[in-house]
Order: sequence, then structure tokens, then C-alpha cells
Amino acid sequence: MKWFRIAVQVRPAYADPVGVAAQADLRLAGLSAERVRVERVYWVLGSQDGDRLAKALFIDPVLEEPAQQGRGTAVSVWKKAGVMDPTEASIRRAARALGDPITRVVTAKTYWIESAADEATVLAAVGDSLANEVIEEMGIGPAPQPQPLPKARAHHPVVTIPLTGLSDDELVALSRKHILALDVVEMREVRDHFAKLEREPRLGELETIAQTWSEHCKHKTLTGPIDYTEDGQSERIGNLLKETVFASTVKLDKDWCVSVFKDNAGIVRFDDENDICFKVETHNHPSAIEPYGGAGTGTGGVIRDILGTGLGAKPIANTDVFCFGELDTKELPKGVLHPLRVMKGVVAGVRDYGNRMGIPTVNGAVCFDKRYLGNPIVYCGTVGILPRGMAEKAARPGDKIVACGGRTGRDGIHGATFSSETLHDESDVVSGGAVQIGNPIEEKRVLDVLLQARDRGLYTAITDCGAGGFSSAVGEMAEETGAEVWLENAPLKYAGLDPVEVWISEAQERMVFSVPPEHEAELLALCASEDVEACVIGEFNDSGRLVVKHEDDVLVDLTMAFLHDGLPLTPRVATWTTVDHPAAPAPADPRRHLLDLLSHGNVCSKEWIVRQYDHEVQAGSVIKPLVGVDGRGPGNAAVVAPVFGSRRGVVIGCGINPMLGDLDPYQMAMNAVDEAIRNVVSVGANPDRIAILDNFSWGDCKNPETLGAIVRAARGCHDAALLFGAPFISGKDSLNNEFRTEKGSIRIPHTLLISAMGQVDDITRCVTSDAKRPGTKLWLLGETRTEGVPTVKSDAPANMRAMAQAIAAGQVRAVHDLAEGGLAVAATEMAIGGACGVALDTDVDLFAETPSRFLIEADQNPGGGAVLVGEVIGEPILRFPGFEVSLEDAKRAFFCWETML
Amino acid sequence: MKALILRAAGTNCDLETAHAFERVGMTAERRHVNELLAEPTMLQSYRVLAIPGGFSYGDDVAAGRVLATELRERVVPQARKLVEDGGLILGICNGFQVLVKTGLLPGLTEQDVTLTHNASHRYIDKWVELEVDGKCAFLTKGESFYFPIAHAEGKLVADEATLDRLERDGMVALRYRDNPNGSLRSIAGLTDATGRILGLMPHPERHMEPWHHPTWTRDGLSDLPDGLRFFQQAVAAVS
Repeated sequence: MKWFRIAVQVRPAYADPVGVAAQADLRLAGLSAERVRVERVYWVLGSQDGDRLAKALFIDPVLEEPAQQGRGTAVSVWKKAGVMDPTEASIRRAARALGDPITRVVTAKTYWIESAADEATVLAAVGDSLANEVIEEMGIGPAPQPQPLPKARAHHPVVTIPLTGLSDDELVALSRKHILALDVVEMREVRDHFAKLEREPRLGELETIAQTWSEHCKHKTLTGPIDYTEDGQSERIGNLLKETVFASTVKLDKDWCVSVFKDNAGIVRFDDENDICFKVETHNHPSAIEPYGGAGTGTGGVIRDILGTGLGAKPIANTDVFCFGELDTKELPKGVLHPLRVMKGVVAGVRDYGNRMGIPTVNGAVCFDKRYLGNPIVYCGTVGILPRGMAEKAARPGDKIVACGGRTGRDGIHGATFSSETLHDESDVVSGGAVQIGNPIEEKRVLDVLLQARDRGLYTAITDCGAGGFSSAVGEMAEETGAEVWLENAPLKYAGLDPVEVWISEAQERMVFSVPPEHEAELLALCASEDVEACVIGEFNDSGRLVVKHEDDVLVDLTMAFLHDGLPLTPRVATWTTVDHPAAPAPADPRRHLLDLLSHGNVCSKEWIVRQYDHEVQAGSVIKPLVGVDGRGPGNAAVVAPVFGSRRGVVIGCGINPMLGDLDPYQMAMNAVDEAIRNVVSVGANPDRIAILDNFSWGDCKNPETLGAIVRAARGCHDAALLFGAPFISGKDSLNNEFRTEKGSIRIPHTLLISAMGQVDDITRCVTSDAKRPGTKLWLLGETRTEGVPTVKSDAPANMRAMAQAIAAGQVRAVHDLAEGGLAVAATEMAIGGACGVALDTDVDLFAETPSRFLIEADQNPGGGAVLVGEVIGEPILRFPGFEVSLEDAKRAFFCWETML
Repeated sequence: MKALILRAAGTNCDLETAHAFERVGMTAERRHVNELLAEPTMLQSYRVLAIPGGFSYGDDVAAGRVLATELRERVVPQARKLVEDGGLILGICNGFQVLVKTGLLPGLTEQDVTLTHNASHRYIDKWVELEVDGKCAFLTKGESFYFPIAHAEGKLVADEATLDRLERDGMVALRYRDNPNGSLRSIAGLTDATGRILGLMPHPERHMEPWHHPTWTRDGLSDLPDGLRFFQQAVAAVS
């Protein structure tokens, strides 16, 4: 069969925005080009009439034409062999419809770059901006004809790994060699277990144990024993999460909590017919290497968590929170991508996955700190809705194990164990396989059939294939029963995979169902009707064992008891020493200080990000992320009404302030919970129905001080949950967020994200933060204190309650919660949203960041001890005691990304 | 009276589009493209064919291109028949892209216009003011609407002669008051010559409720949201 090359360009008469965007990206990488033209290249194998195909499918008759020889240096970029290209399936489908079935399609891009620089410089700039070496190859000139696919190896023999007699050092070396991420105590346990069985472990068994025992899956640091010393006082903590976060939920014992801390996501009651659920994941490690793919798969992964919650929930909203290095970073350590590139890639990854899945992205935050340079943090969250009575699930012996969705490939191998390791400057070389390639349309197909199958009652349990792939999914579902798996049935992206790779691959867009035999045919037919691949890869049984076979070979034969309960817990050491922090002095130039705050990355407008997300798909949008006259003012929290015809709403907000983690992680946690709750209350959420989630992103917890900080933060979470009566329903931790360089390790700031999911009975009562009417008074609710560490005090819940009552009573026109930059920034943001001015007349510290406060626009005192601080004015000016700023200057600072990006 | 809401892999506005037709009294049935391809004549039992927003087949190759290629041979003739019989075809966002690439819109030759990358080369979600022009079967010249756009490939492009002809023959149905994506002559929506096939980039189904409006907390709740009005007029045109 013959390859046919089709190359397409935009006709010279029309603008080429793809080329202009490429030119801008190259400029960021330091290359100035006069012009860049982009050529899309399709290599097609097996076409009967390539010219006809080009005309009917690839070339837009209005805008495009066959590509001509360009000017300047041609650089081509194409995917590495084995990296999946989601466009291939679509193109083959269209070619089939045209009566020209083709066997393979490989895509590439050629950039014609007109620049004075030499070829090597141009190539390097493309490598730094337009290509990603982890998944792509590039070269000068046209893209080469694709290679034939690798031939399948006839048989992969089962590999055993002798452990008998290995010393501690040898065990550790072995763990590292196979990227198992098991420590010496765990390796000893494995060695001794197999010694009792009088055999050596098979590679598949070691991989399964490593996945199941990984920090990512088991959270062993935070659930294991900790010897903790705080200011000289020592104690033994048995299970930190159980004694803090989880304990607070148990103590609160809310009857509207349906399922907490046991499923993929926490589930709470919504209305008479529906429950809602929420999960937030971290996906930092791959984002450091491949921002676009890492963030996309982070989004795809948390969406699958929701699909696999209970008997399957429908995603209704996404959130995302990012932490990056400073955007003006000049010097980059080796192996690090520039924060600007990381941010652009991460935003694009979240955008393309969420938008394509048809899930509105409604809430988020961005934090900058130089310590995130080598180790950015990406939190992706998804809210789902499911009918009541569908929260419980259980696979039964005799049920078939059905894998559904994307095919299995080599992508994403060792993600779970990789995310438990510290990054270093060669991580992008050794761990390239850990980057998964997302295909949101595949996942959308799965979503479409999954909800139909759920409503027809075709399965008894469901889970997603996340970290650890089939090994984790089947291992978890069969924990109470047992299972036998037949890997030869799993559909593969390409031949040649070792069965062990099939077992642990983290290829995306796959779900696993347990299907009673009587429903097998119906489920498979349903999937086939919408082009979703599904097949039986095994059966649940009552053996209490996990047996994995590939034809006649046995890859794994483990007891569920050892796999799930055999992990030895090593006590860890944690310390914390309290340091006093004096209050910051008042700024010498408050006007300058305000403008600096407004243009700071943590505060400035995120419109550049927000408008790239579809935040209105599903037609449930009530309060959007941006509010006000021109839709450019920052909102407090998002509200969506997920049920057509109902006025009941879900409110999403978040709290994060890593800078407080440097002062006191306990108060960081208290403040983050306060902020998340403040956010949702300030748009109208009922304070008695707020569920919260924790996400800890921390450095290497083998360091006692780092672990001590997490103990403090977890205790802060516990106390805050009890104080506000808001139960934690789900959480996740991500440890080892450090980047090793030649000069030493860079530890990220202790980063705790608290996400809040509130509810509002009647969405038409919601309020926004934009100032509404000149002449209306501004009131400050909550005490302002000048303190070194902003401290949540016992008055906080009363403030929330007073705020909620004033909103419910319809007494307020606008509310903005006070966060970074305190009263001055909050008042400015209200004015920007309202396209008006404010005049403040108060002796309150303008920049204090005391929590639990709201700035309220209302005709009358809204109650709760609120004090009059000023009024909304029509004149576009911000008047503060002692200084003033024009609205225009404030906007220029606040919208600084407009010119920068 | 029934509306067929077509969905394919990547369609993601089908539920709210179906809901919009239900709100104005029609029975909306969501159908997978595989069903329609297996039995294209099923279209004749409907009064409306709606192709909703989303990313059919991931917008691979170009937005709407793959689904358009699938529909062209067997479904397009049935669609033309639906229109001849007094039915309506509505393409929203990705659906508009599909209609343009099947040649159903504006329907002069095989394909006369295209929708491509926004001038900013960025996806954009934003509310826009729209003004009605042309001879759409259910929109009145001078009428205005306020809907959100949410797309990366919404810039309408055609040669000058085609654009002149579209304007002359009243096939430019909707224009942006403040062009958000670089569309030539600010075109936001087109009809065919009959005015019974309408494609538009903005999303009327996202303005069915008063609280969808981005400034409802400032300006109050409207009795007749623009999207509801849009769909009411559409259903009146097939009644």
C-alpha cells in the first residue's frame, strides 16, 4: 500500500491566525520572525483516490488550497511513534463515509518561518514553544513519511524478579530500577511475603503491589503513624486524616451527607430527586513536563472520577486552580519550562478537555510563587449530579468485568508511582511515558452511553481507570470478592505491548463496569450503537484472590488480603516550632501599594483565562465567573442551576493562600476554609448546607518540618470544619512536590486548597460583587484586626450567618468578600465591576487581610454588626482616606494581562 | 410536532437544545447520527432538524467538517425535502459549521462560505448583541437578540462577490453589533434562499431563563428572555 501526502495551507488572500499565533509563541521563545505560515500535513495510507480525498475532506474550498513551497526555514513537527493521535479515528470515519476506507493517517505540521536567524536557532525556538519533545519529534524540512507500525512480538515471557536474599540496599535499588516507589520497609514486606509462599514474585505482581501501595492510591503518609513534636511536646498520631479531617465530618454527622470519603467523590443531598457530588484532584507532576497534556488529562481524570461516583454521575461544572512560578522569571534551572509557557499550556489543556466534554468551567484561582517554578500545581475539580438512591454499588461474584472506552496503549505507565516521586532535571527523559494523551471526544462518547446504561440498570458497579489503570480499577472493585482477568481480550492501540504494560497502563478514557451476565449483551450492544468499544476482560468471583492471565500465562496471583491490607506502615517523624510574626508595617505609599496589588498575579483579572473556558454550556449558568456592567468584574463564586425548571442552585467557591503556609499552616487551613465559605455565602449559599474538600500539595514529607506543617494544616482543617459546621466530604493529597536541581531541592510552599460546594434554595436571590447604584452606602461586616498572621476567630460563623440572612432578606445590592489586599482591593473590584467609583471614609486598616469579612452595598445597615465605611459614587474615581486613584488607572493595573499576554 | 436534535460524538449542547424546543411546546427527540445514517427518511416525521453545539468528532480537520462529510450524501437530500415541506433546519454553533460545510448554507454551490479560527486565535465565551437582517422565516428585520458565543472557529469567511450576493439576496440573517471574532461583514448567522435553514454561531438555547442574562443581578429578571422569544418564533414558523 502506498502513502499519500496531503498538505494544506490558507490561501494567501486570507489571514492565517494559526500562523500569527505561532509567530507570537516564537517571540516568547526569543525568536523574532517576520512571518510564519502553517501547513497542515496528512499522510494517508491505503487511499484509492488521494486527490479526491484531499478535496472532499482536507481542504476547505473557500479558505484553503494545496500547500505551496513556502519562504524561510521549514520546521516540521510530528508525533512520536506510539503516541496516539485522536484525529486519526475521525478522519478514517469521514473517509469511510466518502467510500474510500483508509488504513492509517498520520498528521504533522510544517511551519515556514521567515527569520534572520540561522536554522539551528529557529529549530531550537520551535522546540521551546511549538513542539513538545516528550511526545513529538521535529526537524528541518518536510515531515518524513511515517514508519510502519512495530511488529508484534510473538510472546512476552512472564518475568519473575528474585527477591530472596536481597539486602536492603539491593531492595531499594530494585524498587528504583522498576520505578516501584516502594521504600525499604515495604520491599522487605514483599520479599518476606513471597518467601512464605516459597516462590519469587512475578513482575506483574510487583507492579500491582506498587500501584496499590503507592502514596497516590493509599495516602500512607497521612494515614500512617506519625511521631509529632510541637514546640517540644511529643505525641504519637495514629492516622492523621482519620483523626482530623475525617473526624470532623463524623462529629458533624450531617444528615444530608450521603457518601463521604469512600467513593471517587463525596456525595450530598441536593433536592428530592437528586444528589450532587464533588471531587478535586491534583495533577501537578505531568504538568511540569508536558503542561498541555498533563492538564488535559488532569481534567479528564477528575471528570472520570465523577462518572465513576456511585453508579455514575453526570458532570455539571468544572473548577481549576493553578500555582505557577513567577511570570517574569528570568533564569530557568535546567529541565524547567518557563512559567508563561506552563501557564499557557495548562490553560489550553484544561480548556480543550473541559470545553470539548461540554462541561462548564465556572470557578478557579491562580497563585504565583517562585518556588512553583520546577513544580507547578494543577488542581482540577468536577461537580456531578446523580439520581437519589444511586450512591451505593458493589460488584458481585459472577459479574463480568467489562472495560469500556479508549484502547490501551503504552501511555501513562507508572503515573501512580511517578507522582509519588520527587521531580528532578531528567524527569522529562525517564518519565515521558507517564504523560497520558487525552481524547475528550472519546470520554464524551463514554459519558453518553454510561448514563444510558446506568438508567437501564445494566451494571452493578463502576469505576474509572485512573492511576494504575486496570490494576487499580479491578483491584479496588474486587477487593471484597475476587477476580480473574483475561488480558488478551483488552483492545490495544497497537500490537507489541507486554501484558504487564496492558495491566498497568494509564491510557485515558477507560471505565470498568461489573455487569451481570444477563445484561452483558445489552450493554455491549448499547456501546456499539454509539461507537464505544467495550469488551469482557474477566469475571468477579468469590475467591478473595486477584488472578491476572494472558492466554495461558499467569501474570498475577495475589490474595486481596495481602494486596489491600499488607502494606506495612512506617512511623514518620514530624516537628513544628511556633514562630511569632509581627504585623507588616503600613505601606509608605498606599496609592502605589494598591496599584501593585491590583497588578499582582494573584489579584489581577483572570479574564484571559476565563473567556477561553466555556462557562455556560448545559444552560445552567446563574452567576458567572465574571460579573458586572461589562462582564469584567471578578465574581465571588459561581452558581449553576443543574435541573431544568428548578430554581435550586449549586454554588462553587474556593480558598487558597499558600503565603500563609509560610507563617502558620494551621491558620492557612482556617483561612482557606473561611475564604471558601465566604465565597459561596457572599453570593447567597445557605451556610447550613456547605460541603468542603481538601487538597494538600506539599513537599517531601520525609523532612520532619514539612510533615509537621501538614499536621498543623490538617488540625486547622478539623477545627475550621467544626467551627463553621461544614463537613469535609472528599479530599486528596499530593506529596513530594520538590524539584531537585544541581544547587539543591526547591520545595513548593505548603499549598492547601479548600473547595466549597454550597446550595441556594432560590437562585433569583443570588447577588454579585459589582457595585450597582451610585449613592448607595457601603458597609463592612466583620471586625478588622492588624495582626501578623490573619486569624480566624470564633466570631466567623456569626458573620457568615449574618451575611446569608441579609442576602436572603433581599436587603443588599452587592457583596464582595475581603481577601488579598483587604478592603482597598475589594472596594476597587466592586467599582470595576460596576463601572463607577467608591468613596471610603473610615479609619479601618485598608490593607489588613483579616478573614471573615464582607463589603456590602446596601441602603440600610445589613446587620451582623456591620459598620458604615463609605458609598458608591458615579464619578469614576476610588477615594480612600488620604489618597485616590482614578478608575482608569486601577483598571490598567487590574487588566495588566491584556497587554502582557 | 416533533424536533429531531441530532447528536454525534462530541455534540454537547443537545440536552439544552432539546429543552428549548420542549419549552415552546414541541416534542424534542435526541437522535444519534448512526440512527439517522441508517434510516435517513426518518427525518420526514419531524418538522424541525436541529444540529446543536459542541465539538462533533473533536472538530478534527476543521470544525464540523467530519460530521458534514458523513451527512452530505444521504442525509442532506432528506434535509432539503424537510425544508420543501415547510420544515425548519437550525444549526447552532457547531451545527452552523456543519451546515456550512455540507453546503446546505447558504446553499449556492457545494460550499460557498466557511467558518474558521477567530481572529484572536483563541476560544472565546462572551455575550454579544445581535441584529436581525435578511429574510429568515422566523426573525424580523430590525429585531435584536442578546446571546452568548462560545467558540474558537466562528469567523465567517467568503469572497467579496459571495458576501455581496448574500447581502443582496437577504441571506445574512444576523450580525454582531460589536464583532467578537473577526467575521467578515460582522456576520453571525446565515439562512439559505428560502429562509427556512438558519445557522448561527451564538447560542439562543443559553438564554431561555432570565437568570442566564449576565447582568440580571443589576437589571432585574426579564419576563421574556431572548432565547425563549427566538424559539417561540421558530415553532410558530412550523405550526
